[in-house]
Amino acid sequence: MRRKRQKFTIPSKYLLLIMTVICVIFMAITFFTDFFAAPLSNFAGAVVVPFQSGVSHVGEWMSNRSDELKSLRDVLAENERLQEQLDALTIENNSLQQDKYELNSLRQLYKLDQEYADFEKIGARVVAKDSGNWFHSFVINKGSKDGIAVDMNVMAGSGLVGRVTEVGSDWAKVISIIDDNSNVSAMVLSTEDSCMVQGNLESMNRGVITFSKLINSDSAVKEGDKVVTSHISTKYLPGILIGYISTISADANNLTSSGYLTPAVDFSHLEEVLVILDTKKDYSKEE
Amino acid sequence: MKRNIFITIMVIICFVLQSTLFKYLAFGGISPNLLIIITAAFGFMCGKTCGLVVGFFSGLLYDIFFGDVLCFHALIYMYIGYINGNFKQIFYKEDIKLPIVLITCSDLLFGFVYYVLMFLLRGRFHFAYYLTGIMVPEVVYTVVVTLVLYPFIRMITSKLDEGEKRSEDSFA
Repeated sequence: MRRKRQKFTIPSKYLLLIMTVICVIFMAITFFTDFFAAPLSNFAGAVVVPFQSGVSHVGEWMSNRSDELKSLRDVLAENERLQEQLDALTIENNSLQQDKYELNSLRQLYKLDQEYADFEKIGARVVAKDSGNWFHSFVINKGSKDGIAVDMNVMAGSGLVGRVTEVGSDWAKVISIIDDNSNVSAMVLSTEDSCMVQGNLESMNRGVITFSKLINSDSAVKEGDKVVTSHISTKYLPGILIGYISTISADANNLTSSGYLTPAVDFSHLEEVLVILDTKKDYSKEE
Repeated sequence: MKRNIFITIMVIICFVLQSTLFKYLAFGGISPNLLIIITAAFGFMCGKTCGLVVGFFSGLLYDIFFGDVLCFHALIYMYIGYINGNFKQIFYKEDIKLPIVLITCSDLLFGFVYYVLMFLLRGRFHFAYYLTGIMVPEVVYTVVVTLVLYPFIRMITSKLDEGEKRSEDSFA
C-alpha cells in the first residue's frame, strides 16, 4: 500500500467536532476565570494594536477629507448668511458680555467650576471600535503602562462615556454606557432620586438612553433635569454627568417612572477621551 | 505555506480595517462585516477544513478584543466557514452569483444567530427592529464591499494555485 502524498489530515467533520468542544471549554474557562487574559492581551498588544492605531489615523484622515469636500459646497452659501448673522450677533454679544460678568461671580459663589477638578485624569485616543454593529465598546491607546486599571471611569468633555473592562500593557477596552449590556446606577441631581440608566441598542440609534426605576417623589423630576452617577454605584464615581432627561412617564405600578435621557456625550464622534485615574474603590477608601 | 501566510495576513488586515477604517466610513452607524466575507470566501473556495480554520481565527481575533467570553464568536464563525465549505463542489471561479448569495446568507445567518444568543435570550423581543435596523443594512453594505474585495481574493488565490501546480509539476 502506497502512502498518500498528504501526510496527515483529519476529516473536517471530526475537526469541527473537536474544535467545537475546545471552543466550549474555552468559553467556560473564560466565563468563570480570567486564565487566558494575560497572554492574549499581550499578543493583541504586540500584533494588532499597532496596526489599529496606524489605520485609525488613516480612517480619521479620510473621513475628515470627505467632510471637508462636503462642507466646501455649503461654506459659500453659509458665508453670506453668516455675515448677516454677525451683525445681529455683535449687538447681542454686547449685552451678553454684561451678563457674563454676573454669571462668573455667581459661579464662583457656587464653585461649579470645580466640579470634577479633584479627580486625576489622563487623555487617551480611541484607536478601534467594536467591529460588529451590535455592541458599543472601543479600544483606547493607553494601558497599564500609563496607570490604567480595570473599572476606571472614562469621560469625554463633561459627560460619562463608560468604564474600562480590560487592560493590556498599552491598550484598554472601554464599554460605553450606551452599550446594550451596560447598567449604571444614577440619580437625578435636583431631587437626588436614584434610578438605573440602561443602554439599549434600539433607543441608542435614536440618540437617547433609557432609564428606569426612578422613585416617584411627587413627580418633582422634570424634563431637562440633570442625571448624574449616584453615590451607591460600585463602579462609577459619584456626580459625573450622564445626560439630561428628555422624556419621562410613570410606570404601570405608579410607584416608579421611566423614560429616556439625552446623553451629554456625542457617542458617534468619539475620538479623544479622558480616563479618571481614581477608581470607586480608592475613592471610598479615602473618605 | 504561501497560502497560509496570505490567509493569515488577510484575516488580520480585514479585522483591522473593520474595527478602524470602516467605522469611520459607516453609513448610519452600520459598518460591513469583512470577517464574514473572508470566512465564507475561503470556505467555498478552499473547502470545509479551510473555512473552519479561517472562521475560527477570525472569530478568535474578535473575541480577544471585543468579546466577553473567549471563543464565542470563534464558534459561530467556525460553523459559518464549515457550512460554506460544503458548497465547494458547485463553486467555479468565473461565477460571481454564488459567492454573493453565499455571503449574503452567511451574514444573515450570523446576524440571526447573534440576535438570538445575545439579545433574544436577554428579553429583547423586538425582532423586526433588529432585522430592519441592523441585519439588513449590514448585509447590504457587506455585499457592496464583497464586490470589491472578492475579486481581489480570487485573483490572489488563483495566482497561488498556479504557483503550487507549477512546483508540483516540476517535482514530478
